[in-house]
Amino acid sequence: MIAAQLPALQVVVPLLGAPLCLLARKGNTAWALTLAISAVALLVATLLLGQVLAQGSVAYAFGGWAAPWGIEYRLDAVNAIVLLIVTGISTVVLLFAKTSVAHEIRPEQQVLFYTSWLLCLTGLLGITITGDAFNLFVFLEISSLSSYVLISLGSDRRALTAAYQYLIMGTIGATFILIGIGLLYMVTGTLNMADLAGRLPELTASRTVRTAFAFLTVGIGLKLALFPLHLWLPNAYAYAPSVVTAFLAATATKVAIYMLLRFMFSVFGAGFSFGAMPLPTLLVLLGAAAVLSGSTVAIFQHNIKRMLAYSSVAQIGYMVLGMSLASSAGLTAAVLHLFNHALMKGGLFLALGCIAWRLGSVRLGDLAGLGYRMPWTMAAFVAGGLSLIGLPLTAGFISKWYLVLAALEQGWWPVVMVVVAGSLLAVVYIWRVIETAYFRDRGEPAPPVQEAPLSMLLPTWLLVGANVYFGIYTDLSVGVASQAARVLLGTAP
Amino acid sequence: MSAAGLYNYWIVILLMMAGFYVVISSGNLVKKIVGLNLFQASVFILYISMGKVAGGSAPILREGVTQFSNPLPHVLILTAIVVGVATTALGLALVVRIREAYGTAEEDEIHQQDESL
Repeated sequence: MIAAQLPALQVVVPLLGAPLCLLARKGNTAWALTLAISAVALLVATLLLGQVLAQGSVAYAFGGWAAPWGIEYRLDAVNAIVLLIVTGISTVVLLFAKTSVAHEIRPEQQVLFYTSWLLCLTGLLGITITGDAFNLFVFLEISSLSSYVLISLGSDRRALTAAYQYLIMGTIGATFILIGIGLLYMVTGTLNMADLAGRLPELTASRTVRTAFAFLTVGIGLKLALFPLHLWLPNAYAYAPSVVTAFLAATATKVAIYMLLRFMFSVFGAGFSFGAMPLPTLLVLLGAAAVLSGSTVAIFQHNIKRMLAYSSVAQIGYMVLGMSLASSAGLTAAVLHLFNHALMKGGLFLALGCIAWRLGSVRLGDLAGLGYRMPWTMAAFVAGGLSLIGLPLTAGFISKWYLVLAALEQGWWPVVMVVVAGSLLAVVYIWRVIETAYFRDRGEPAPPVQEAPLSMLLPTWLLVGANVYFGIYTDLSVGVASQAARVLLGTAP
Repeated sequence: MSAAGLYNYWIVILLMMAGFYVVISSGNLVKKIVGLNLFQASVFILYISMGKVAGGSAPILREGVTQFSNPLPHVLILTAIVVGVATTALGLALVVRIREAYGTAEEDEIHQQDESL
């Protein structure tokens, strides 16, 4: 009985949780409520993934209105795995959040902070699960508006300008998506994605459809922080509160990647997006540029949060490269990297959160000698960093391995070179941190620093441990990713 | 259809480009929000125009009316207008906070203050 309602509960529970959270008087009550709701959402996502793996796809007609007229929630391997990532990361980061938020957010703002968190979670889950194009826009704005609020709560005043900049660029992106959806409705008269997919193939010559395609690509590219539309990302990540950075870096861009996959493959179809339109060339060039420029700029950053933000731009490049191959292997690599990157960036930003909590700073110079003062935190950072580089036995290796294999399959040697070059650049910027933390003395006047408390270390190590786990046992991640690739290419049963 | 028949769409393009230009060119944070509003308003008009059916009346069941305009885009754009209002409110709230923190709402002055840190 309740199993049939799970798709609705996935979104409704956090949505109703948000106003409930607002009623809490104290930050800790709000935190407990948010954590409980996020855990329920994680449970629902796990059950849904089980249903999807058993049945192939799950459809849910909202309010009992049949599909092309009513809003439909539709699940397959692609969005089931994204739901699991979003809810999983949210829950783990929330475990970490209590200590960190108490330190970084003023007491009177904590309740509002957790309310925004739940709204952001609702939006991200809604984008992922919905099968209706306009519904997607509404959820996109719910998640965007709440993430602007979350970012602006950072303690540095530059968090305000970063949030403002993100608001301007994010709104332009969302409006472009709205225009694209409007133009599609204009020619097809439908908003349901499956219905759109059925009607668009006859209309590929229509100039309106092509314009819609262009608007959607650029709009999603803005939300995705695809090079050169990534300008909002480094500041937003660098000045947001630690937990917000960990949450958004691991989920928001992943959901945007999902949107791009969904529109390009499921709605427009690979034949149109990658045949009639010049998308493969565009994506491969922008992806390669993102990998190389993101990694290079990361090397010159003094603020480690900002360094990792630029590294995120580069990692998005890898996913886009995988997508541009438009082959089963390439899409497997893209979805796999989406999953693995959420784990590594989540872990790394949580480790930085521990450092920010103890030191009150994440500047490279302040980390000198920290490897001996906070051994567990720095070890987590190093392990996450190794995964980011793509060392064997870590999750990062698996996805890069699949990406290289996919590129070789089509003989795209330059892409292989870009992946290798990007990994080498990652070695450089991760090494800078390791060198400072382990091989440089802590200055004399520096106050003594202790290890972070267990309540912060455990979630950090949970994510870092997941990096190692999914680097060794790849059945779940690769299995779901390859099924997702088959769904996207339309070859799944 | 003639160029004059596409009157609505010309207005949409004009408003969109004007709004977009203001967002990019203006250094004042409030003016940027105004530009963003203009930009969004153009999309509202786009949606409203596409729902109009030539000769169709308002979509209310009445005697003697057989052709109706499509109400769906109008309903959709109501949602988008609400989103636009929320975005404007949040944007302006951020500008207020930025002015409290920096003492100015001009982009280049804010940039200067951050550079000198």
